[in-house]
Amino acid sequence: MFNLATFIGQSIVFLIFVGICVKFIWPPAINAMRARQQRIAEGLENAEKAERAIAESNEEAEDILRNARAEGQQIIDAARKQGTSMIEDARAEARLEGERILEAARAEVSQESNRARELLRNDVATLAVAGAERILESDIDRAKHADLLDQLVKEL
Amino acid sequence: MASDDKGFSSKEYVTHHLTNLKWGQLPDGSWGFAHSAEEAAQMGLLSIHVDAMLWAIGLGVVFLLLFGIVARRATAGVPGGLQNFIEVIIEFIDTTVGEIFTYKNKMVAPMALTIFVWVFLMNLMDLVPVDWVPWTMSLAGVHFQRIVPTTDVNITMGMAATVFLLVLYYSFRRKGVGGFIGELAFHPFPKVFAPFNLVLEGITLIAKPISLGLRLFGNLYAGEMIFILIALMYTGGVLMFGFGGVLQLAWALFHVLIITLQAFIFAVLSVVYLAQAHEVADEH
Repeated sequence: MFNLATFIGQSIVFLIFVGICVKFIWPPAINAMRARQQRIAEGLENAEKAERAIAESNEEAEDILRNARAEGQQIIDAARKQGTSMIEDARAEARLEGERILEAARAEVSQESNRARELLRNDVATLAVAGAERILESDIDRAKHADLLDQLVKEL
Repeated sequence: MASDDKGFSSKEYVTHHLTNLKWGQLPDGSWGFAHSAEEAAQMGLLSIHVDAMLWAIGLGVVFLLLFGIVARRATAGVPGGLQNFIEVIIEFIDTTVGEIFTYKNKMVAPMALTIFVWVFLMNLMDLVPVDWVPWTMSLAGVHFQRIVPTTDVNITMGMAATVFLLVLYYSFRRKGVGGFIGELAFHPFPKVFAPFNLVLEGITLIAKPISLGLRLFGNLYAGEMIFILIALMYTGGVLMFGFGGVLQLAWALFHVLIITLQAFIFAVLSVVYLAQAHEVADEH
């Protein structure tokens, strides 16, 4: 069964094929694979970095949100307080104003009543004079009795 | 079981399937292909198994083209289907070699890849039904055709011999002539027993390529033989035909494991032997 030519032929062919594989097939294939490995590793690292960055900015955003919320609350509180005080002020002012109006009204009323009293007094004086004239059926000298009449008017 | 209707006995059928297409000097002095097993046996030193050589070279070229094209096109980008498949094999070989062979030698991993894929492809021919190719070839006037190169002991031993030469080359280069001879002579017994050691270690050394080549040959030859015997059953009536079909399927499925394993073993042992060749003993 042994055949020298086949034996030697296969040895040589094998050596040639190994040579071709060593020179032309293995290096480009393994280089491409290593390069890809590197790229994948870098990609994963970058992804991790990005994830970390996202977490960081999320935290930052939350911080900002929290601050904003607190500030808003503060503003609302201040506004509420201010509103309350404004209402208080308005109320006080209104009370003052009311009192003032009341005062004015009261003054007017009293003035009005004084005037009315004055008018009434004059009328009464006239009426009294007229009444007295009628009673006495005689002229009363106005000038003569002016003092007396004035006194009467004042007494009314 | 004999297929006498075809004018063939079982013995002739088996012999026919185990005879290589041999080119050499015919008994009448002219050169050409042997027409019978007897003629083939009588051919002298200047003859060659044309079928085994051509199938081996053809399958080797298939390997080189397939891997070569993919390797040329390989980029660090997203790999396609074929590239993925090829790269899985390369990665597998690279890891395996990396675990066994820890020295710096850019030739070992590609050699292991060549062995693994090439031997696998040669073994794979075993799964082609035994009559298909020989019968087709016989129509074209070719009398003999064995399509599984690894069932030819010359092919397997030829590869083992190359591995052995590489082992010797790297042994001498790494350890020097004196160092290598010394390693053979001064182990395992003290220096006084040097000749005895030399014989012992020499046998150990020679046994490596012989076992390497014969293991592959034996496994594939036996597998091929069983396929041929199963094929013989197809002429034995309906019952035998059906049984033969089941057997062939079963054996083929089992054989898928064997051919892969044998290719892997050949590659790994070659790497192991080369690793031993690179190993420089620190003691003494």
